[in-house]
Amino acid sequence: MSHKVIQALFDDDDVLLSAVKDLRDADYHIDEVFTPFPVHGLEKAVGIPNTRIAITSFIYGVIGLSFAVWMMNYMMIQDWPMNIGGKPNFTFAENMPSFVPIMFELTVFFAAHLMVITFYMRSKLWPFKEAENPDVRTTDDHFMVEVFTKDDSSDLETLLKKSGAKEIKTKA
Amino acid sequence: MYSFSNRLRLGAIVLMILGALGLAYSFYNVPSSTADVKEMMSHNQDHQTDTAHKEVTTHKVQEDKHNTEAKDNTEEAHLTHALHAMQNRPWAAVFIAIFFFFMIALGALAFYAIQYASQAGWSIVLFRVMEGITAYLLPGSLFMLAFLIISAAHGNHLYVWMNPDLYDPQSVDYDEILMAKSWWLNIPFWMIRTFVFLLGWNFYRYFSRKHSLLQDTASNLVHYKKNFKASVFFLLFFAITESIMSWDWIMSLTPHWQSSLFGWYVFSTLIVSAITVIAMVTIYLRQKGFLPHVNDSHLHDLAKFMFGFSIFWTYLWFSQFMLIWYANMPEETAYFTPRLLGTYQPLFIGMVVLNFVFPILILMNSDYKRLPWFIILTGIIILIGHYVDIYVMITPGTVGNHWQVGVSEISAVFFFLGLFVYVVFNALTKAPLHAKGNPFMKESEHYHY
Repeated sequence: MSHKVIQALFDDDDVLLSAVKDLRDADYHIDEVFTPFPVHGLEKAVGIPNTRIAITSFIYGVIGLSFAVWMMNYMMIQDWPMNIGGKPNFTFAENMPSFVPIMFELTVFFAAHLMVITFYMRSKLWPFKEAENPDVRTTDDHFMVEVFTKDDSSDLETLLKKSGAKEIKTKA
Repeated sequence: MYSFSNRLRLGAIVLMILGALGLAYSFYNVPSSTADVKEMMSHNQDHQTDTAHKEVTTHKVQEDKHNTEAKDNTEEAHLTHALHAMQNRPWAAVFIAIFFFFMIALGALAFYAIQYASQAGWSIVLFRVMEGITAYLLPGSLFMLAFLIISAAHGNHLYVWMNPDLYDPQSVDYDEILMAKSWWLNIPFWMIRTFVFLLGWNFYRYFSRKHSLLQDTASNLVHYKKNFKASVFFLLFFAITESIMSWDWIMSLTPHWQSSLFGWYVFSTLIVSAITVIAMVTIYLRQKGFLPHVNDSHLHDLAKFMFGFSIFWTYLWFSQFMLIWYANMPEETAYFTPRLLGTYQPLFIGMVVLNFVFPILILMNSDYKRLPWFIILTGIIILIGHYVDIYVMITPGTVGNHWQVGVSEISAVFFFLGLFVYVVFNALTKAPLHAKGNPFMKESEHYHY
């Protein structure tokens, strides 16, 4: 028993979306979909679980906030108290309002940058990485669905043809 | 078609009656002379504000130990001050309630105009709900106008700058700063501005509602296009007039103080309260089955706006505070002294918890934005928080240290809440809740996130 990969090419995102739904209804496992641009509602149709990047974003934000509090306390209160405009610099709490912009900015900075880095790592992207696209047309105007299947793929191919696939390729 | 449920109608009427009775009681109980004030103070010695008062008095008494005449004078001046504050209190309470519900209608109108001007697709199923809420604009404006006319006619003394002695060089009360501002802050010009603003807003509300209803049966898009154009011009008008309105009606309660951010600050309060009320009315109507096309994604978007504008409010609140705190100029810090360091501190800090900490923690999670009871819960917190916000804007300049939340405040809220509910839900029965003529209706029905 060998596994095969069927690659179906589409030239319209709406057709792609309905084909994906047809495949899911017929209980096929969709391995990957390649698109030249984000297709709205595709991740739900493919059945990818909800992203957890929001949770990491919250955690990174909290880290950024804590870092800002620590940094401002060390710089402006402990290490070298500076008298700026006569503002109290004896305790952190007294001088806190002037630190709020920095706390806010570092929260955003940490959340944004670490989120992007997390995304790269999670998607296995790094500089000079070879592209994984099986077909160069998916970077231009075509969409590709990859489906794993067992030996006999004639049912799948008819289904794909019926759903509007322009071209079907088989890879062993 | 929505039909006004009898229970809700009855509830609104009961609230109005209770509120009216309470207001009558609190206006009747206002002290008319310093002797009354003295008696009232000796009656509630336990009260916090009066205790603070007594401390000041005893202090003064010690200072003037040897001079009984001077002592009598300071005490009399002190009592006169307390008398004016106590006379102002029910008026201030009414003003806060009038403004609070008026600004909800005005904010809903601005939000509605933004939907038209941006040609938004998601919100069309909510248009009739928004139109229902903006129906309160006319009665709200009339109450506002009546109140401001009474103020201008010296029926109350909330606006200190209206005292003619301040502009008389011979008088002891002569005020150079106000004299310099009097080209803008004088009663006739102020009244004209008020009138123009209210007229402009109400005209847009009348025009857009009319064409929104006509579009339902129209065969082409002529009414929709008219509304689009009207909304663009309304937003232009609103952006300018809302700022001036907040200077005129609220900032001038403390006429020496000014903040260029104040118009935006009032706008953020106004828009977040309005969106909250839109969400709450929508959830109520959907629960009753009158809005079959409103799905979780629409609620999700409204909750996102509640979340976002709560943060926007905090941003402006803090920006205004921090600049004044940092610059530390006496004429600017005068505004924050009673609020941050004086008797208003619990309210001033408490509203940040209600308006920022609660919404950000409760509505941060995406799934919670889709739970109706969560939105209602947060909505109640936000509305209480923004009532306190308006309270803290208006009361220190009018009632001073004699504030308390008592019969007058609660009955004022009851009366205008009853009126608001009555007018809004009555307006909702007047037209189908489905604005079927709008060209984006299909998109809105199928909207999903």
